[in-house]
Amino acid sequence: MLKINNLNATIDNKSILKGFSLNINPGEVHAIMGPNGSGKSTLSNILSGKKGYETSGEILFEGKDLFELETEERAHKGIFLAFQYPLEIPGVNTNIFLKTSLNAIRKARGEKELDAIEFLKLVKEKSKDLKFDEDKLNRQLNVGFSGGEKKKNEILQMSLLAPKLSILDETDSGLDIDALKIVADGVNTLRDKKNSFLIITHYQRLLDYIKPDFVHVLMNGKIVKSGGPELAIELENKGYENFN
Amino acid sequence: MDNRQKEIDNLKDYKYGFSTDIENTRAPKGLNENVIKFISNIKKEPEWMLDFRLKAFERFKLLKEPDWQKPKYPKIDYQDLYYYSAPKSMDDKPKSLDELDPKLLETYKKLGIPLQEQARLNGIAVDAVFDSVSVATTFREELTKHGIIFCPISEAIQKHPELVKKYLGSVIPTTDHFFATLNSAVFTDGSFAYIPEGVRCPMELSTYFRINASNTGQFERTLIIADKGSYVSYLEGCTAPMRDENQLHAANVELIALDDAEIKYSTVQNWYPGDKDGKGGIYNFVTKRGLCKGKNSKISWTQVETGSAITWKYPSCILRGDNSVGEFYSIAITNNHQKADTGTKMIHLGKNTKSKIISKGISAGFSDMTYRGLVDISAKATNSNNYTQCDSLLMGNKCGAHTVPYIKNKNSESTIAHEATTSKISEEQLHYCQQRGLSSEEAVGLIVNGFCKEVLQQLPMEFAVEAQKLVGISLEGSVG
Repeated sequence: MLKINNLNATIDNKSILKGFSLNINPGEVHAIMGPNGSGKSTLSNILSGKKGYETSGEILFEGKDLFELETEERAHKGIFLAFQYPLEIPGVNTNIFLKTSLNAIRKARGEKELDAIEFLKLVKEKSKDLKFDEDKLNRQLNVGFSGGEKKKNEILQMSLLAPKLSILDETDSGLDIDALKIVADGVNTLRDKKNSFLIITHYQRLLDYIKPDFVHVLMNGKIVKSGGPELAIELENKGYENFN
Repeated sequence: MDNRQKEIDNLKDYKYGFSTDIENTRAPKGLNENVIKFISNIKKEPEWMLDFRLKAFERFKLLKEPDWQKPKYPKIDYQDLYYYSAPKSMDDKPKSLDELDPKLLETYKKLGIPLQEQARLNGIAVDAVFDSVSVATTFREELTKHGIIFCPISEAIQKHPELVKKYLGSVIPTTDHFFATLNSAVFTDGSFAYIPEGVRCPMELSTYFRINASNTGQFERTLIIADKGSYVSYLEGCTAPMRDENQLHAANVELIALDDAEIKYSTVQNWYPGDKDGKGGIYNFVTKRGLCKGKNSKISWTQVETGSAITWKYPSCILRGDNSVGEFYSIAITNNHQKADTGTKMIHLGKNTKSKIISKGISAGFSDMTYRGLVDISAKATNSNNYTQCDSLLMGNKCGAHTVPYIKNKNSESTIAHEATTSKISEEQLHYCQQRGLSSEEAVGLIVNGFCKEVLQQLPMEFAVEAQKLVGISLEGSVG
């Protein structure tokens, strides 16, 4: 599904990713763990299409060169990023934002756009599953939401848009244990043979609830070790400093 | 991608930029007594009207063009303008639409304002003003049934002199200021509406202003009177051809609301804004003022200002009647090299008077936007209050936004509240929306419409959708 070969990325003359490679097949859950500054967020930024990076190397998504696609085209093809810091957009009603987004993606997929009633039914169902406060749907997007609510809103969007590849960029940070379980439930519900996940995190605790197929340790811009779930536990015990 | 780009390019074009090739009757070039007499004569005006004009002109000669505004412009040579230009076919006023020059009918059709009986906009009476004359007014018989007068002001001067004499210049005196006084001397056409006591006007009244002739100033004059307990909602729209020259539109609009009456006045201003390098476009220097003359009266201004090279106007309310209410809802958008200095004045004279100002300014490109507003609560206006909310949204880093509030409160029992915010559409917000599948244009449209929502909601429903589209189009190409 996603093939990253020897990716290098520089921003403001600072080299962040240095020969990063990763292969994710349909249905797999990969976790990337690494200390601050190892390049985790840069990786999610680049995959989502954020501008400002100088890059070399190759990223293929279902065989297509990702660099050829605009941010929204990547979203249309099924790449979703749960942002580490979800943006506040004053004046824009959350429901309207979600509906506009869902219909833009449905349209790109050649599916019928949902009318207001169909959409509301769907969003209410999903909110209930995720214990997302329905009143928030009528508020301005993320404005005045707590950190946990913002993160849940990301997962709500993920479950609405049903992407093929979901990238969770430190979605667990700032979540209490209940919220963490809800986020994990959201991921596990969507998990099947076709959908893949890339979970970026500092800590092992999210992986207690979402069992990854592979764990990779990212240090200084590249993967230094890959393994199964046990690697996360090893990492948690040893710490990054003593790794290597 | 190519097709989408083409679509965007098409939208970016000012689609009302065509001109109609039509033979005109013009006043001699320049500004003098003879030209004023020419206008008065061609309009078959009574003596008192000519006197009104000449008095204004005497005053005008003593006035200096103001220069305190933020947007500066090259000096206008007032002797190098035509003050009257009208299609020759209007010399003998056509008695019905059948006699109207087909070219004029075609022009309005192209503008989306069909005048023919069968194609008329439902529930909206239109007065169509082309350069210096009104060419047609629809639904007049229907309105007459309710005792409502809706006609070109030139006709009202002849047929309803008692009303015009009483109210014309009663809110904007002929001595008011440079452009208003100039208008009083040389105004050509515009709309007149009178809603009799206790009547709720059953449809929207509207005027569609079109500038067509080159080298010509348009001096519109509109007068709306809502008698006791009446209600009217009025809307004006404006467009002009694309030209390299700057053209002057200096209008005077006077509203009078008597006891318990309400006037809702909405503007969708889409004059030609000039090209992307700032060449050409309309100078929209307009004086709009409403007088809440009676107790419990209400005047509400809503404006969506997207056009013009320079917009310079402050639709105002004089709250003389006790318990009267003034409102001002504004969206002003400047893109490329457009400039705007706009806002309102709320003058509280009566007791228990209330005013509300909601202003949304959006600047993009190299444009510059100023909100300027006065709230003045006089010593006698006990228990009055004002609420002002003034928000600016910036796109890119080459545009400007300024807020200049003037606040005077001479009554200790009255209150004024002012809130202001400035925000910017950030790259991060756009990226977030795009990651959710929206193009950058769709994202900007969503954010901007969210920003403007409070004002768009004030527009009559038929126009809210149009205005929303216009807001999007005005900002096309301003991102990325």
